[in-house]
Amino acid sequence: MQTQFDTTMRSRPRYGVLEPRPGLAHLIVADGEGGEAVLALFAQAPELLETARVIYMPGANGTDMTAELEAVKPAQFSRVPSYAAGRQRIVKVLGDAHMGLQVYVTGTEGLMGQVQRDAMEAGLPHDAVQTEHRGSLVRRVQCVHCKGITEHVRTDPFQCGHCGLNLFVRDHYSRRLAAFQGVCVDAEDPGEVPPAVERFK
Amino acid sequence: MSVGATKIPVVVTEVVEVNSLIKRFRFVREDGGEMPGFSGGAHTVVEMDDGGTRRLNAYSLMSDPAERSGYEISVRRDDTGRGGSLFMHRHVKPGMRMLISPPVNLFGLDLRAKKHLLIAGGIGITPFIAQMAQLNALGARFELHYAARDRELGAYMTELSARYGDRVHRYYDVEGQAIDLPALLRGQPLGTHLYVCGPKGMIAWVLGTAGGMGWPKGALHSEEFLAPPVGQPFTAELAVSGITISVGAAQSLLEAIEAAGVEAPYLCRGGACGQCETRVLAAEGELLHHDHWLTDEQKAACGHIMPCVSRFKGARLVIER
Repeated sequence: MQTQFDTTMRSRPRYGVLEPRPGLAHLIVADGEGGEAVLALFAQAPELLETARVIYMPGANGTDMTAELEAVKPAQFSRVPSYAAGRQRIVKVLGDAHMGLQVYVTGTEGLMGQVQRDAMEAGLPHDAVQTEHRGSLVRRVQCVHCKGITEHVRTDPFQCGHCGLNLFVRDHYSRRLAAFQGVCVDAEDPGEVPPAVERFK
Repeated sequence: MSVGATKIPVVVTEVVEVNSLIKRFRFVREDGGEMPGFSGGAHTVVEMDDGGTRRLNAYSLMSDPAERSGYEISVRRDDTGRGGSLFMHRHVKPGMRMLISPPVNLFGLDLRAKKHLLIAGGIGITPFIAQMAQLNALGARFELHYAARDRELGAYMTELSARYGDRVHRYYDVEGQAIDLPALLRGQPLGTHLYVCGPKGMIAWVLGTAGGMGWPKGALHSEEFLAPPVGQPFTAELAVSGITISVGAAQSLLEAIEAAGVEAPYLCRGGACGQCETRVLAAEGELLHHDHWLTDEQKAACGHIMPCVSRFKGARLVIER
């Protein structure tokens, strides 16, 4: 299922639907349920399989579509345990690539944002990376106070995993950091923290 | 002039015949001051008084952006054009006073690029001369592919090769040389931005080939100034000013508006920048869109016109000006 998002502020990323585009090579990165979007892309354009390099990691919720993806036999397939573990490989592929590479990312926002950031650092315009959201809505949030990044944030507010402040999760998003912004929610009245609501499932 | 900028009074200090078709002009400020800073790819609009006809033509700045004592442009003579380039070639002499606009850049470098691939055809070389000076000073990676009809018309080729060595690749049509575009594009590292300036057909070929090979739009840059096309005379009602003007065959709608004493915004006067976009209030007839600013949908909707290059054929045209 594709995800519907409320339109809020302009910096909040919006995602599309992966579509096959002409290219000399195709790098496809997915986590968890993003595997479904990858299969849909290949079903639409089986010829992509011949030059596709797929890097897949299971979702934080445990969803693992490795077997289904391997079964369609993309030219290259790698399973990595997490984005952190696979980043070096992604950066290497981007670094060795030539113009004409198409980059597709699908799955959680944290993954899409980080691959988009890696692609931008490799010199691609940010809108050259195709994205499609699938699966969990948990957020990657940077604390504006200590700059620490907390992954898989489910509630708003939440406690910063680094400095322990209570953070309100904004829709304000940074492409450079690939993270949403978290701001101290009880700066004026320390201790007056609204109850945490599970906003990101 | 729009955007509130005032014109710069300048003196022509040099006129150099580069080859049989191209002349180079150097302008310095009348008051001896520094020129406004600019970035590679910028142009200036030169105002000419051609025997009572006011001509305004945009020309790319080709001098080093770091050099503020003057601006240099190169003008290719177009014997069948409307007369701006002929005026520059025949009447502009050292010592002459002229007015030019502050620089405007619609063809800037994207400095996030890992590499800059520059493709020039003929007189389209001029913005790249300024861009290469800027890139060279920044220590950025670039490569120029420059095609001209023959050695004589390949303006500045020898100088550029001497300055930038094997980063400059030259092609001469008459010698059967052509850019092997697919091979060139295939070998570019990720993060390369492509810039093309030259004849219309060349721009379409380069952008089409790159797009077909999967280059993203954001990495493709082009510039082509259109000369306003000659067409049938027509009349236009200016709703805000409350007057009706006639547009001559060799005159643009924008020029006719200006000739009627109505201030209208503009920057490039070549269908590229979007500054002169004007709402069409009524059009009984056909809008002849020549710009590359409006989208195809906007053109089909007939709600807007770019008076710098576009014309009208029909019974009645009313625009919001």
